Amino acid sequence: MISAKKVSKHYNKKVALDQVDLSIPKGSIYGLLGPNGAGKTSFIRIMNQITAPDSGEVYFGDELLQPRDIARIGYLPEERGLYKKMKVGEQVLYLAKLKGLTSPEAKQRARSWFERLDMVSFWDKKVEDLSKGMAQKVQFVTTVLHEPELLIFDEPFTGFDPINTNLIKKEIKRLNSEGATVIFSTHRMESVEEICDHIGLINNGQVMVEGPLLDIRKKYKSGTYSVVTKEPIEFNNEALVSNEKLHTGYSSILKFDEYPSEVIIDLAKREILVGFEEVLPSVGDIFIDIVENGPKA
Amino acid sequence: MNSPILLIIQREFLTRVRKKTFLLVTLIAPVLFAALMIVPGLLASMPEENKQIVVLDEPSLLLPEVGTEQYALDYLNPTEFDLELAKEFLRNSEKDALLYIPSGEGWDPDFIRKNMLLFGKEDISIDLQRFIENLLEERINKQKLLRQGVDPDVVAQAKTSVSIRSFTLGEEEGSEETSATPLKMGLGYIAGMLIYFFIFFYSVQVMRGVIEEKTSRIVEVIISSVRPYQLMLGKILGIGLVGVVQFLIWIILCTTIYGVVSTFVFPDLLAQSAGAGAPGMGAPDVSNIEGLQIFDMIRSINFPLVLGGFAFYFFGGYFLYSALFAALGSAIDQEADSQQFMLPVTAPMIIAIVTAMNIIQEPNGTLAFWMSMFPLTSPISMMIRLPFGIPIWQVFLSGAILIGTFFAVVGIAGKIYRVGILMYGKKVTWKELYKWLKY
Repeated sequence: MISAKKVSKHYNKKVALDQVDLSIPKGSIYGLLGPNGAGKTSFIRIMNQITAPDSGEVYFGDELLQPRDIARIGYLPEERGLYKKMKVGEQVLYLAKLKGLTSPEAKQRARSWFERLDMVSFWDKKVEDLSKGMAQKVQFVTTVLHEPELLIFDEPFTGFDPINTNLIKKEIKRLNSEGATVIFSTHRMESVEEICDHIGLINNGQVMVEGPLLDIRKKYKSGTYSVVTKEPIEFNNEALVSNEKLHTGYSSILKFDEYPSEVIIDLAKREILVGFEEVLPSVGDIFIDIVENGPKA
Repeated sequence: MNSPILLIIQREFLTRVRKKTFLLVTLIAPVLFAALMIVPGLLASMPEENKQIVVLDEPSLLLPEVGTEQYALDYLNPTEFDLELAKEFLRNSEKDALLYIPSGEGWDPDFIRKNMLLFGKEDISIDLQRFIENLLEERINKQKLLRQGVDPDVVAQAKTSVSIRSFTLGEEEGSEETSATPLKMGLGYIAGMLIYFFIFFYSVQVMRGVIEEKTSRIVEVIISSVRPYQLMLGKILGIGLVGVVQFLIWIILCTTIYGVVSTFVFPDLLAQSAGAGAPGMGAPDVSNIEGLQIFDMIRSINFPLVLGGFAFYFFGGYFLYSALFAALGSAIDQEADSQQFMLPVTAPMIIAIVTAMNIIQEPNGTLAFWMSMFPLTSPISMMIRLPFGIPIWQVFLSGAILIGTFFAVVGIAGKIYRVGILMYGKKVTWKELYKWLKY
């Protein structure tokens, strides 16, 4: 859908992006992850053509990114807001027209979104009279109203209340299932793990790892297994990472270099094995692993 | 086609014009202005209460002056009254004030001057005090002249008032024109002030608008749809349009109010008030020129040039300054922070206003020339000079410099703006702004 080839960006000798290669597949929900100051927002601003890269190219589909592609992207920035003195309806129409919609188109779509999200009563209110949660809904609608093929959310869930977070996650999933590609950018890596199918991890302006989330987690697995047993079990110190008593039994985290088939067979024969599962590392774990040990080949 | 700049202009214009404050300012300003023109005349023509003043004139300095209808003078016999008795008399009488003129030793005018006293039942009005002072001044002058052995009548005859008719000698024979200096002064000054006011008022609006977009955090949403320079330009044009509309309404309203008032309400009042209003406002007094002459004078001014110049400097100055103010607004987070940057930007305009009188007095001097070339002062300084008829190459040079500077400034301001609108919570310095140019 959108891809970057060797994109670099400097702010006055400070490197924001260094030869970044990223590729966001069509139809994916893509997590652009990294700590604060990693270069996520710089990259997003380049995709939105708010700033231009110093070098490198960005492709939208198969072609170079063009100014007119703006109308095909919906962007909810981290620093987001609305004109406080303007009426909600007017403002939504204005922003939609800036994205290239005609007046009747904008009106019709806005009405249906307002009905769907149960916000028809906002239409003639001024933004300053809305609660924060209401304003967030309006911001979401302005982001998606022009039916963009690519949706970019920068730190989408900071400041959203739990109800809106769920509502908007649901709407985003729906839009994704209808064909939109979605990019989430956040430093809270755990918050998007459940909805993303692809991730790109960046730090200090460099891509550390990128690809389907499951593949990456498998690649970075460290031979960790979770075993639940009826009775406490004993292992040598190297294998046992931790154990604790649950009300259903005893849970142990174990580490093995190879698949522990003999251990499982043994436990099963003793009829004390209740649960067994391979533990894949979280994105946060992978990030720390890479920062400490470098990326895996 | 939905051109983004047009959409932005439309929004900037409509949101401002629809505000209640816009309506209020637009309607109230001409009323205030009209009041400023009419009220002095109205006050001057109001019949004032008559005052009766008793005078204890020991040296017979004022006698037999009876005063005016408004201030009637009445004398107490100095042989029967002293100051204390006179005060007592004032308390028990219908009279309003008591003037005490002591004779002192040898009727020395300077002693009299220093020791005269004025008592009133109520506060003495400035008008009454001035009336008494003028009267006494004249008498004491006369006394002094007499003591020096000079006949006051001779002095009065020697006093002359000169009023010279001046002409501007044209190149051709017979092209002498009645010199219209006072009118030109007034025209230049008022036009310059209008430009100053317009630039200041509306450029600051541009800055406020930019800050508003920044603090409300809408700006990044907008510039993901339009280019930053489009947003900046749309804002400048939209607010400029608000200004033009407001000015047009003011001109129409003022003319109407003035017209209605002068034809129907107080036909002869305005003749007085035109003279009374002008000096207070600091404009040169043009009320003493006779009607026929004014007609000649008006003909001597190159109106197409003055009007064209006014439109050019009006917009040129506004565009230049509003681009600067837009860049300023982008660099700061709230208006309170704008002070340190405002001063260097507005200083040239303030200097142009401060030097306006010097330029009027010498419209072709060195100061006038350089001020009307420097692009940050030329919209005001050149406008002041224009009615006086200056070499046409200077007008074109000044205009070219202004246009050139405008494009350079828009380029620079656009760069600062582009970076500034996305910077939050940063205390910006001049050095920082310079760095942004290279982002």
